[in-house]
Amino acid sequence: MSSPKTRTPNPNSFATGPDERGYFGMFGGRFVAETLMPLILDLEGHYTRAKSDPAFQAQLADLNANYAGRPSPLYFAERMTEHCRKSASEGFGAKIYFKRDELNHTGSHKINNCLGQILLALRMGKTRIIAETGAGQHGVAVATVCAKFDLPCEIYMGATDVERQKPNVFRMHLLGAKINAVTSGAGTLKDAMNEALRDWVTNVKDTYYIIGTAAGPHPYPAMVRDFQSVIGRELRQQMMAAEGRLPDTLVACIGGGSNAIGLFHPFLDDRTVKIFGVEAGGHGLGVENGHAASMNGGRPGVLHGNRTYLLQDGDGQILEGHSISAGLDYPGVGPEHAWLHDTKRVTYVSSTDKEALAAFQLCTKLEGIIPALEPAHALAYVTKLAPTLPDTDLLVMNLCGRGDKDIFAVADHLGMKI
Amino acid sequence: MDTEPAPERSERPSMTDTRIDKRFAALRAERRAGLVTFVMAGDPDAATFARILEGLPAAGADIIEVGMPFSDPMADGPAIQAAGLRALKAGQTMKKTIAAVKAFRAKDQTTPIVLMGYLNPIYVYPVDAFLNDAKDAGVDGLIIVDAPPEMDDELCLPAVAKGLNFIRLATPTTDAKRLPAVLANTSGFVYYVSITGITGTAAPDAADVHAQVARIKKSTKLPVAVGFGVKSPEQVRAIAKGADAVVVGSILVTTIALSLDKAGQPTGKTVQSVLGIVQALASGLRDGM
Ligand SMILES: Cc1ncc(COP(=O)(O)O)c(C=O)c1O
Repeated sequence: MSSPKTRTPNPNSFATGPDERGYFGMFGGRFVAETLMPLILDLEGHYTRAKSDPAFQAQLADLNANYAGRPSPLYFAERMTEHCRKSASEGFGAKIYFKRDELNHTGSHKINNCLGQILLALRMGKTRIIAETGAGQHGVAVATVCAKFDLPCEIYMGATDVERQKPNVFRMHLLGAKINAVTSGAGTLKDAMNEALRDWVTNVKDTYYIIGTAAGPHPYPAMVRDFQSVIGRELRQQMMAAEGRLPDTLVACIGGGSNAIGLFHPFLDDRTVKIFGVEAGGHGLGVENGHAASMNGGRPGVLHGNRTYLLQDGDGQILEGHSISAGLDYPGVGPEHAWLHDTKRVTYVSSTDKEALAAFQLCTKLEGIIPALEPAHALAYVTKLAPTLPDTDLLVMNLCGRGDKDIFAVADHLGMKI
Repeated sequence: MDTEPAPERSERPSMTDTRIDKRFAALRAERRAGLVTFVMAGDPDAATFARILEGLPAAGADIIEVGMPFSDPMADGPAIQAAGLRALKAGQTMKKTIAAVKAFRAKDQTTPIVLMGYLNPIYVYPVDAFLNDAKDAGVDGLIIVDAPPEMDDELCLPAVAKGLNFIRLATPTTDAKRLPAVLANTSGFVYYVSITGITGTAAPDAADVHAQVARIKKSTKLPVAVGFGVKSPEQVRAIAKGADAVVVGSILVTTIALSLDKAGQPTGKTVQSVLGIVQALASGLRDGM
């Protein structure tokens, strides 16, 4: 039983991972302190049982439908489609759909994962919840489910992010969460995650850690993916109903990768479906420490419990990275994406801060939808990709969050005063 | 106590005569517990660190843990986090850390040195080259916080094959079911982490610690060192009554921090203040317990 330290050939199926030790190819695993190991093994046992328990699945389905408001609509973005066709050659310009997870309760896909994990925490008898957050969308979703299920909640958030995501900080306060501003490092998502791990190691007896993305030690990457895969499963049905066939192209933004893997996973073995993940290009991939594109600009390493692509210097010190979007500003990525990158099943690209800002405004004006800055990165790439695809191509972008939280930051970048 | 440890599997080098084994044998002969001191490599800068390292054995350190600074020390409290950042800011690298051990080893052939840190800097070094360089420099063992037994083929087994001791942390959550896995590939000593938590925070309760050490000793012949949260000579003395060694760290790096000038630079007091604290902590283990 040797762990996969080197790259493995492509599998017959992309949908069966991870293996029993939490590996997707050479990525993933369980690199945590001994104090946490018994708990993580216990969590894995509980999750395995819950996954095949019809009562658990029924409770989750009910909450998804009646609390979160699922299924989220599949929307034909007609004016965006027309816009992209203007710059396309005759017969080109994909038909653009949005999967509208920004309409979920709390405003993003993060609630899908939080509902699943809070039910698990309750099953495990945990009485205190902690979480890290970047943009604050995950923090808000955690604070929301903690309010609903009456559990005390502490959120770790980088001090820089507390500044640039003020509306979400206030929402978390209203929901009854305690917010701990983390000043170590650059005061962004990675530092918040370090601090949440320190809390967990200290309060391991009663505390459940709701990780907000498809990363961390096994079983988190697989578990978060499973909870988020409701996005892709709905899309299959919705596209069959709308067009009578599967989509041709999928696009999603990549922070840690949870909204993306939720969209992609149910399609990984449909080899005709082209899949694109969009990383945060910040000031540009050529700018050292000026972006958050861990797959396009990083190397494999070990951080926060898993082996994955990381932004790091030659000596293995982790870089802070940069993105205009607090939700994408993380130097790593979920291990399943690292593996899908290496096996080339998914193509990972990037959009810069500027491109995302432009797409943010374009979507608002053309569709009357203010997207979060995170999916604005995906949209920026869609505006480049769609014109190169035939006009019969069905392209779906995950509109995974709404932009209300970002209006102050965007105003700042545009030099406007609110 | 003097019985031979269980025979090693034949493909591995014998672990009965490493510097760590010899040091614990000597401590047993002296009938006292040992003092394990943690300092961060390159803190506050490479030159000052070299002088601290060199002075530790005479000040009373029986075993020296040298921290390998890492940008994201998830299991460490504020004091050790700050020490790592000071070192990185002063330009510390993995190569410099290994070079510091080599320089120390040229003058001291008996005091064991254990490198402690996180996996990533070793992983990118990469592992084989790191193990060669560390062994060659005179490193005796490794403590890697985020390499649990489930991940032993990553670093632990290759390290053992090179003749380095791999020292494992056992914690209050390491129950009877899990203890055998934790002990399986451990050698040198077992490091009992006396609290669930990060370094340098809550103070351990001596009676509770003694019970836990006794529990671990039922399953292993290895010496057990106890650490996390030990700060005063009184605590050292109390913990030592039921352990083979006591680890101190946060108090040492805090002493370094307090000795720096406003710009964070070492002063004339820096080396002496940390060695002075080590002397005070060590005295509790030597004056007729
Ligand atoms: C709206 C939105 N999209 C995307 C992300 C990035 O996370 P992930 O890559 O896990 O979907 C965040 C994170 O905060 C977010 O708020």
